[in-house]
Amino acid sequence: MKRFFGFVRKEFQHIFRDGRTLVILFGLPVVMIILFGYVVTNEIKDVDVGIWDKSRDQVSTEAIQKILSSGYFVLAETIDHEEEIELLFKSGKAKVVVVFEDNFEKRLLRENHAAIKLITDASDANSAMLVQTYLQGVLANYFRSINQTGTIPWEVDVKSRMFYNEEMTGVYMFVPGLMALILMLISALMTSVTITREKEFGTMELLLASPLKPREIILGKVTPYVLLSFINAMTIILLGFLVFDVPVVGSLWLLMLECMLYITLALSLGVLISTVSKTQQMAMVFSMLGLMLPTILLSGFIFPIDNMPGILQWFSTIMPARWFIVVVKNIMLKGTGFLFIWKETLILLGMTLLFILAAVKRFKIRLE
Amino acid sequence: MTDDPDHIIEVKELVKKFGSFVANDRLSFHVNRGEIFGFLGANGAGKTTTIRILCGLSYPTSGEIRVAGHDVYHEREKIKRKIGYMSQKFSLYEDLTVSENIRLYAGIYRLNRKQINQREEQLLERLGLLPIKNRLIRDIPLGWKQKLAFSVAIFHKPDIVFLDEPTGGVDPITRRQFWEMIHDATLEGITVFVTTHYMDEAEYCDRVSIMVDGRIEALDKPAVLKKEFDSKNMNEVFLKLARN
Repeated sequence: MKRFFGFVRKEFQHIFRDGRTLVILFGLPVVMIILFGYVVTNEIKDVDVGIWDKSRDQVSTEAIQKILSSGYFVLAETIDHEEEIELLFKSGKAKVVVVFEDNFEKRLLRENHAAIKLITDASDANSAMLVQTYLQGVLANYFRSINQTGTIPWEVDVKSRMFYNEEMTGVYMFVPGLMALILMLISALMTSVTITREKEFGTMELLLASPLKPREIILGKVTPYVLLSFINAMTIILLGFLVFDVPVVGSLWLLMLECMLYITLALSLGVLISTVSKTQQMAMVFSMLGLMLPTILLSGFIFPIDNMPGILQWFSTIMPARWFIVVVKNIMLKGTGFLFIWKETLILLGMTLLFILAAVKRFKIRLE
Repeated sequence: MTDDPDHIIEVKELVKKFGSFVANDRLSFHVNRGEIFGFLGANGAGKTTTIRILCGLSYPTSGEIRVAGHDVYHEREKIKRKIGYMSQKFSLYEDLTVSENIRLYAGIYRLNRKQINQREEQLLERLGLLPIKNRLIRDIPLGWKQKLAFSVAIFHKPDIVFLDEPTGGVDPITRRQFWEMIHDATLEGITVFVTTHYMDEAEYCDRVSIMVDGRIEALDKPAVLKKEFDSKNMNEVFLKLARN
């Protein structure tokens, strides 16, 4: 064990003495999350809004006034047919339509309950989410102000519906997606590069000719990256929470366990890549083209999987990141327990075992 | 196999094939305990293949091979503990200091702290590296690196040390000093198995073998070989062999 720790210490020394490695390891996640975060959380201003007021009473008219005078919204058109909603969206005249149900004021006064529907064009999921939040805010303020004296609070049921992207892929997605991407990058790329570096410099031969067993060498090289990747995962979650209010609704422990599983998977991929590449450059190209790009494009991180052509959808099923993103989304945003993600977890576990087996086999062949 | 205790390496009918290419063609030789054994040959003659097999880095296709009394098929782990290895490529870590490199390898070979401290001190003093022991390897001259790499390879006092073209790219003076170090190592009872391109270095060996196209074409003391091939020096011997 002492021998092993000496070896691990050396690996840490490599990492902490190389400026570039440090930047990739610690700078990259922070920069990426802040970049993505701010692209997603843009301010909104002068959003075109369509109004369908079925009630046309005092309360609904005043509510509309409030919306239009808030500074965030501009009236595009008033409509009175269901079909016109779609037309407004397709022509791009409006991003959102507000629908007041009929007899709005009467229902409110008599039953304490009335409904408003917010229908958003969610093809741009991020701004759609924002528009809804702002509209809800404006309406909530208004109803609170006219009912200050009332003893029973009015229930205004604001129902939101997103057109074109009902699942809201995109919003909040950037944290799980970034986690999948960064962990893959750091774990797979860094380990494959660090192992091929030993090959390139000839130190691998020396290690193999020493009493160290091959598995000790690989484990020793990988261990520091397990720790650092894990710290990274936690940093991303923390940053998401502190800077962008992305919550962890579910169990943090479960999330950490799943992160460890995904990190192990990425590391075994890294080892596998190192066994097939002769130089550091090759390892880098393999990791970038073979892992990074597919992870960005096919995992559902940026482009919704449902919108992909069939063959790409099929391809996305072999992307580990796809399953990891589902897992993280479920735990972080929906707060679901293990019962709902055991299938994805099993897939990730299977992939990990497969990669480890393949890596061990390749490593042995190299020694023949 | 006759187990002559004086034969620290015993090779019989070693064959190594890569696909249809025969890299080592029925090699048979032995290395005596405590000698400097020169393993010569042109590029691609199959020297590195043999050295890798002897070090347990690769399996032979067939043949009986024993290194330090152990079988290369089944007792690699035992062999690895008894040998030192210095590869063709320069093999210390550039981003670690002189001292860290020494301690890393010492740790891998399970030396205890007391041994490490004592031997490190001696080593640094002998090489004159004490003042720069905390400098990174990449900042010290090549000649020193090479000497240090050799010292690290024998730091754990192995029975045999394998040197794969250890003096490539080094100036003549350093090469000379390097061979003095090799000689000193044999005084401590270490057997030296060395490959080289430099035929003048072959003169320093107790015995040399000359490999051509995967086969050993000659094996004896340098003086005997020179006589046999009617040559002034080893260079001529080598050229005569390689041409035929």
